[in-house]
Amino acid sequence: MTTKSQALLNWVDERFPLTSTWKAHLSEYYAPKNFNFWYFFGSLALLVLVLQIITGIFLVMHYKPDASLNAAGVPVAFASVEYIMREVPGGWLIRYLHSTGASAFFIVVYLHMFRGLIYGSYRKPRELIWIFGTLIFLALMAEAFMGYLLPWGQMSYWGAQVIVNLFSAIPIIGPDLSLVIRGDFVIGDATLNRFFSFHVIAVPLVLIGLVLAHIVALHEVGSNNPDGVEIKKKKDATGKPLDGIPFHPYYTVKDIVGVVVFLFFFSVVVFFMPEGGGYFLEYNNFIPANPMVTPPHIAPVWYFTPFYSILRAVTYPLFGLDAKFWGVVAMGASVVIIAFLPWLDRSPVKSIRYKGPVFKIALVIFVICFFILGYLGVLAPTPGRTLVSQICSVLYFAFFLLMPWYSKLDKVKPVPERVTFK
Amino acid sequence: MSVDERMDSSRRTLLLATSAAGGVAAVATAVPFVASLTPSERAKAAGAAVEADVSKLAPGEMMTVEWRGKPVWILRRTPEMLASLDKTDDVVSDPASDEQQQPEYAKNKHRSIKPEYLVTVGICTHLGCSPTEKFKVGAESGLGADWPGGFLCPCHGSYFDLAGRVYKSMPAPTNLEIPPHQYLSDTSILVGEDGKA
Repeated sequence: MTTKSQALLNWVDERFPLTSTWKAHLSEYYAPKNFNFWYFFGSLALLVLVLQIITGIFLVMHYKPDASLNAAGVPVAFASVEYIMREVPGGWLIRYLHSTGASAFFIVVYLHMFRGLIYGSYRKPRELIWIFGTLIFLALMAEAFMGYLLPWGQMSYWGAQVIVNLFSAIPIIGPDLSLVIRGDFVIGDATLNRFFSFHVIAVPLVLIGLVLAHIVALHEVGSNNPDGVEIKKKKDATGKPLDGIPFHPYYTVKDIVGVVVFLFFFSVVVFFMPEGGGYFLEYNNFIPANPMVTPPHIAPVWYFTPFYSILRAVTYPLFGLDAKFWGVVAMGASVVIIAFLPWLDRSPVKSIRYKGPVFKIALVIFVICFFILGYLGVLAPTPGRTLVSQICSVLYFAFFLLMPWYSKLDKVKPVPERVTFK
Repeated sequence: MSVDERMDSSRRTLLLATSAAGGVAAVATAVPFVASLTPSERAKAAGAAVEADVSKLAPGEMMTVEWRGKPVWILRRTPEMLASLDKTDDVVSDPASDEQQQPEYAKNKHRSIKPEYLVTVGICTHLGCSPTEKFKVGAESGLGADWPGGFLCPCHGSYFDLAGRVYKSMPAPTNLEIPPHQYLSDTSILVGEDGKA
């Protein structure tokens, strides 16, 4: 570095912790050297967040959150999305990047969560990272749900109608609460405007704050790895972990490979199948919202369907309260229970590599149930399907609630002193 | 000298009082923000009553009018349709309409002022979808050979009979809501206002 630029850097460093921040989080942040492909999804989630923010900024320049009808009798909001698709130069691409980005976000985040689940990344001392992560997931669900109303199509409208009505199932405060959420007696212009506000300002701010907290907490305790071994326990004479390598340049370069592969698949969807077979963009949403007619079949977007199935699976009233209310409780609990994993898992080992058969079987059952619930959530309910979703919901909760016992009973393998690395 | 010895407790009281006052002010500031989320005066005014002309409605036909942004159905029932209500008495969960889902003048078997006309809010009491009409009787309806005609909610599969009464063990907890309404003449119904009779 030339003396002049070094002098400038010194000038900044005396006033702002630039070099020390760079070192603490990148060039001297020591990550375990045995990361595998599962460790791509954290940085990919960050990439998709940036993608969503940038495409979102450009979409807001043309989108109008207005439910009133234009001269042609089409809701202004719906027409403005069509305008972006047909008349704004490059608008179709920006919008497809954003809509595909929403689904990609959930794919990446689900895989990221699964990584944490199999390698025990939630275990002590990483409980707070996991809790921040669960909150990010919740914020992401809110963000996606409110964003889905904005195109003001039939699915936007009736999906929001169903979900907002869920809140009215809460005893005493429910009806007023759903009124406050809608801002009107039915989903209407007031709802569209406030969802727009939350979608573009409030929730993104919360999301960014939580992502920062997630990363700061991670860098405080250090990353877990596929072996679930603490690399900070074995340090060399200079205090660097023996099994750690600096995040930059080693993992920044490795993550570029992940980014290229991800963008390859992402581009295929954006350019060749932006509707994702009706799962990423539902066909009924190409019809403008009509408060008088419900589409024959309402299904949420794919990433909500496992939880939606759990909601529908509850069909018994209890303690004098509607089945509807307990469905809402079960759906909420199915997400919130994830945050409690650090205290439910009592296994002496972290990683699945050293866990025994009981955990592996429980995990396989859990994953199968999650997929079945997701699949059933897309379909219309029949008595047979409801029964299957009830069984799967029970198994979903059993995976978590029985974990304190089965994780303790399980036969574990000895954990090595240092990470395994070929 | 420890910190405690130097502490001026009168300042501590002042500090607590200031914090409490600040907290009250913060909560009070939140009030207008929460209030702004409730329905505006314009939204409340949009709840005005609407008039429906039923002169062109043939027996067995249904029309929809918009009241407070919700679909309100007016179904002119045929004698056969009315007779089907006797059959559904045993299969609906609230045959006598004991739940407060209708004005007093519609708390009867046919859940309407005049037996012929059913006026009901076309919103499922489960999660707010709009049920679809399944007036065809029997196997033709696709709902089984003994289907007497009624409504089916597409979202979660609740069945309603031709008086908007919900079947037993359905996701929807109550019968369809009957809005306040009155007859201005034989062929004109005002939805949204009770008669002052």
